[in-house]
Parts: sequence; structure tokens; C-alpha cells
Amino acid sequence: MTSTTSVQDKSWLWIFLAWLVALAATLGALFLGEVMGVLPCVLCWYQRIAMFPIVIILAVGLMPFDDRCVRYALPLAVAGWLVALYHCLLYWGVIPKDLVPCGEGASCTDVKAVLFGFVPVPLLSLAAFSLVVVFLSIVKKESKNE
Amino acid sequence: MLVMSAGLLALVVFALGAFFYTQQQTRQAAQLAQENRAALVRPHSPAFGNPGAKVTIVEFIDPACETCSAFYPLVKSLVSGSFGQVNLVMRYAPLHKGSDEVVRILEAARMQDLYWPVLQTLLKSQAVWVIHHEAKPEMVWGLIQETGLDVAKARSDMNHPRVAEIVAQDIADGKTLKVTKTPGFFVNGKPLVDFGADQLKALVASEVRSAYGK
Repeated sequence: MTSTTSVQDKSWLWIFLAWLVALAATLGALFLGEVMGVLPCVLCWYQRIAMFPIVIILAVGLMPFDDRCVRYALPLAVAGWLVALYHCLLYWGVIPKDLVPCGEGASCTDVKAVLFGFVPVPLLSLAAFSLVVVFLSIVKKESKNE
Repeated sequence: MLVMSAGLLALVVFALGAFFYTQQQTRQAAQLAQENRAALVRPHSPAFGNPGAKVTIVEFIDPACETCSAFYPLVKSLVSGSFGQVNLVMRYAPLHKGSDEVVRILEAARMQDLYWPVLQTLLKSQAVWVIHHEAKPEMVWGLIQETGLDVAKARSDMNHPRVAEIVAQDIADGKTLKVTKTPGFFVNGKPLVDFGADQLKALVASEVRSAYGK
């Protein structure tokens, strides 16, 4: 009985951490777009589509605690992670630029997409998605072992 | 509880960040305009209203921009209702595709002293000649004929090298002043950073107060 509670507590904490990361990423993206006026490129939009709902889904799963929220949030996180990875590869020039699906508007390989002078925004996104995927996978594993 | 407070904290951080960022941007824009006063008004710029007015609204306009069209009656009334205290200087920021050609048509109309009527007609009929955010200069001629414009003369005047110089100078000045959106307003050199009709009215009113006293 005590062990189940501690596993639950730990799961809650991991989901909470994932939620914090998603929240920070969401507000960060909104700050860039709405306050600083940086236009999101097409790939950025796909990553937003994956990231924004994670904040809501995990929040609902945290109060009251319901670890099934991982089932719903993890696919979004994985999908977002894949787009972020693709975006980073484009950004670094690993994938040739003519494959970029962005026509008009902001370019996905814009060098200006750099924060604090050296951190590319796509990399931040990849890091955020990676953290969310890792944290939620831990919860999934723990609940299986239970 | 923890979730609520963390969420709240994140929102507060966001709001504070937005507030300070906007403030800093406002200061920077004001400073930029201060340092580049020469770029605000050029001798070639079309002006409306009392030339001796102590308050000058500089508007960077794109004739194909919807918000410019929506703001035009307000801007005009700020000048005409000011008893000669406010005048208006037009600068061009043709950001829409094809818009620079329409600007050249406007300059050709100026040579026939029909600048303001043609501008008004253009803004009013914008829906006809701006299609999917792209200006179609060829569709303009039929619309502005009603102002009494000599179309044949205007068609050749718009290719005058002086017109191209004016447009190039305005685009360069817009870049210097970081006008990335239209309409871009400056009132006595102060940029309208927090954009809106009420904000513009307030800025003009405060400049009139400081120029003419109560």
C-alpha cells in the first residue's frame, strides 16, 4: 500500500515536471510570437500544435491525479519531437533547404531565430519535447512495473 | 494547489516580461526617431493642413493596406478639426506586392494637383484593386479617373526618375525608422508604439497641449 502511494507520488512529480516544461515552452513561444512579434514559420506552427495541448492535458491529469493523461499527452509529445528534430536538421543544414515546406512568411531556417544570441529556437523546442517525452515515459514505465 | 500556483506564477512572469519588453521597445523606438529626425520628413513629402502648424503627424502609408484605409478618415479629421494646429505629412511604406507602383501613380497625380482626391479614392476602393493582399495597379486607372485625372499624362509621369527617387528615399527612411507595419505614425517625432485609434488621438492631443499650452 505504501509502495503504491510512493509510486503515485513519484508519477505525479514527473507529470508535474513535464507540465512545467510544456508550460514554459508554450509561454515562451507565445512571448516570441505575440510580444516580440517574431512570425512563426510553418514548422513552428506544427510544433505549437503539439505543445500547447500538452499543457492542458497534463494540467487536467494533475488535478485530481490521473496518470492516464500520459496516454494522451505522450503521442503529441513524440509527434512534436519529430517535427522539432526535422526542424533542427533543416536549421543546421543537414537536410537540404529546398525540402523546406515554407513558402511565404517566415523562413524555417531563419538565422534570426536565435535566443540570447546563440541558442536557436528550434533547438529549444527539441529540448522541451525531449524532456516531456522522457518524463512521461518514466511515468509510463513506472505504472507498468506497478 | 501546487499546479495552480505554478501556473499563476508562470502567467505573472509572462505578463511582467511582456510589460518590460514593450517598455524597452517603446524607449528604443522613441530614441531611434529622435536620432533620425531628418528621416521623418523630407522636403519632397506631400503635406496636408496648415504648413505653420506646430504639431505634425507623419504617416508611413501603404495605399494597399486595409488598416491605413480604415485610419484615413480619423487622420484627416485630426488635421481638419485642429484649427490649424496639426498638419499631416505622408510617407510611403509600400509593403504589399505591387503597392510601389500604386505609390508612383499617386506621385503622378500630385503633379496634377490631385494627390489627396486620388489617395482618398484609392483608399475607398481598395477592395477592388487589392486582391489577396496583392495590389493590381492596372485596375486603379478606371477608378481614379473620376477625380478628373489626365490618365495618359499620369501614365507617363509615374515613370519619371524623380518619382522613383522619392519612393526609394521613403522606403530607405522607413527602414531607418524601423517602420515594419503600416500605418506607421510619428507625432512631432514621437512614434506611436502602442497602436490604436484612441492611442493616436491621445498622442496628438498631448502634443497639441505641449505645443500650444492649454
